[in-house]
Amino acid sequence: MRSKTNSSPTTFTRLVAALVLGVLAIASAALGEPRSIIVASTTSTQNSGLFAWLLPQFTAETGIDVKVVAVGTGQAIRIATNGDADLLLVHHEASERKFVSDGLGLARHPIMHNDFVLVGPVADPAGVRGMSEITVALRRIAESEQIFVSRGDDSGTHKKELEIWTASGFDPRPASGSWYREAGSGMGATLNTNGAMGGYTLSDRASWVSFGNKGDMEILLEGDPPLNNPYAAIVVNPERHPHVRVREAQAFVDWLTSARGQAAIATFRVDGQLLFFPDVVPDGV
Amino acid sequence: MMLCILMRTGLRTHETIWGHRRPCDRFSNMNESSSAIGTALSMIATLDADLFEIVLLSLQVSLGAVAIASVIALPLGALIALQRFPGRRAVVILLNAMMGLPPVVVGLMVYVLLSRAGPLGSMGLLFTPTAMVIAQSIIVLPIIAALSRQTIADLHEEYGEYLRSLGCTPMQSIATLLWDGRFRLLTAIMAGFGRAIAEVGAVIIVGGNIQHSTRVMTTTIALETSKGNLALALGLGVMLLTLALSINAAALVISDTARRRYG
Repeated sequence: MRSKTNSSPTTFTRLVAALVLGVLAIASAALGEPRSIIVASTTSTQNSGLFAWLLPQFTAETGIDVKVVAVGTGQAIRIATNGDADLLLVHHEASERKFVSDGLGLARHPIMHNDFVLVGPVADPAGVRGMSEITVALRRIAESEQIFVSRGDDSGTHKKELEIWTASGFDPRPASGSWYREAGSGMGATLNTNGAMGGYTLSDRASWVSFGNKGDMEILLEGDPPLNNPYAAIVVNPERHPHVRVREAQAFVDWLTSARGQAAIATFRVDGQLLFFPDVVPDGV
Repeated sequence: MMLCILMRTGLRTHETIWGHRRPCDRFSNMNESSSAIGTALSMIATLDADLFEIVLLSLQVSLGAVAIASVIALPLGALIALQRFPGRRAVVILLNAMMGLPPVVVGLMVYVLLSRAGPLGSMGLLFTPTAMVIAQSIIVLPIIAALSRQTIADLHEEYGEYLRSLGCTPMQSIATLLWDGRFRLLTAIMAGFGRAIAEVGAVIIVGGNIQHSTRVMTTTIALETSKGNLALALGLGVMLLTLALSINAAALVISDTARRRYG
């Protein structure tokens, strides 16, 4: 241990000071964005690229920065319930109506819709291709004990899937772990899992079309009315959470439901396909 | 630092939006593993603005967390190494065990603390880079503290007698050992940095993976994997590895050079 230690404490101190300043810079950058809102939304709207298409247009017009936290509908509702988001944009009507009736949110505004599709292996070992009713198809998969991968994450798609099972009169839960597999993940991760297992799964169309690893999977059933998938927006109730940026959040809802916002939704395409159909302006396409 | 901020604000107006026209889209149909390096190279070559923003934020968050954790953990490690107190062995064991703190658990704890429904909710820090720095600081603090405790304990075994003979107070001893062991302690700091930059469980929970706001390299990899863009995800993984490698190499070179100059 030599004692030539006094020569360079300054360098070290400067380094530490620079790093601490860096942290402060991040902190101040985070605080210094007055006109921004947090939207709790679903993976389908995010992963399909819809937000990446809409948000720059909205921000250019209004100067409001929109930050999207993309999780399952169930988790999105919990985030909004805790007041950690200003706006909810999800796809499970019953949960949305409950959110409003519980006084957690203001009005429910329908924005757009698409549909769910049954995705499975091209070989279709359960033989459900071309069926018209989703409940019959799920029963067929269950009875032939072919692998079905469930989201298992309390998302809108998961809730929808469970509703369809209930309607089919078949309870898949006892088969959990055998042919009925609960992935506990987002749509994309579930599609990856399903592809690797050669199973069947329910997906929203937007996630499916924009999914990059389709492999040996294809749509086997679509168009059944119960597969409708409506999206709605709800501003978080400021009486519950006074910090909620109601004006900015409402401005985003107003824009989404305006002719311009609806036209923006109607012009969003992946591989030439329209993924979300605007609900407010019927002829907006 | 000003430069970083200027670059960040400048990037917001950049017109390429990830998810639409990525320069690396052409790779998405190729064999995943073989095209990963190609994708990484292409991303670096085209200097995609969104990617640059993500890499920059990763570095800011993880370096920030390591800086904060070091300021606390280095003296803490040295204190535990030098001081005799009842229950010291238990503290050492606890500290060593805490090195294995699952990031997802830390993320959840910080989430609950920072949520509007939580005790620190009024600060409005959830889903900000600051929340990510806090979570990563907690994750790397035990790593840096435990490793620096070992380093300082070793040094103290060597020089303890000498320091006592000079009549150093415990505080002076700690300061002296920390300063003289600074190059060895760099390993502890780098171990912390390695953990922070590679961690996804905590930052995705407390940051929310918000584009242009809290999206870092690991959360982007998770997102692109879930979108089925495996080549792109692997390409990002290659970049992350390269980045970690470069920083560790740079730290080693600087420390070696400095050691030779200042002993």
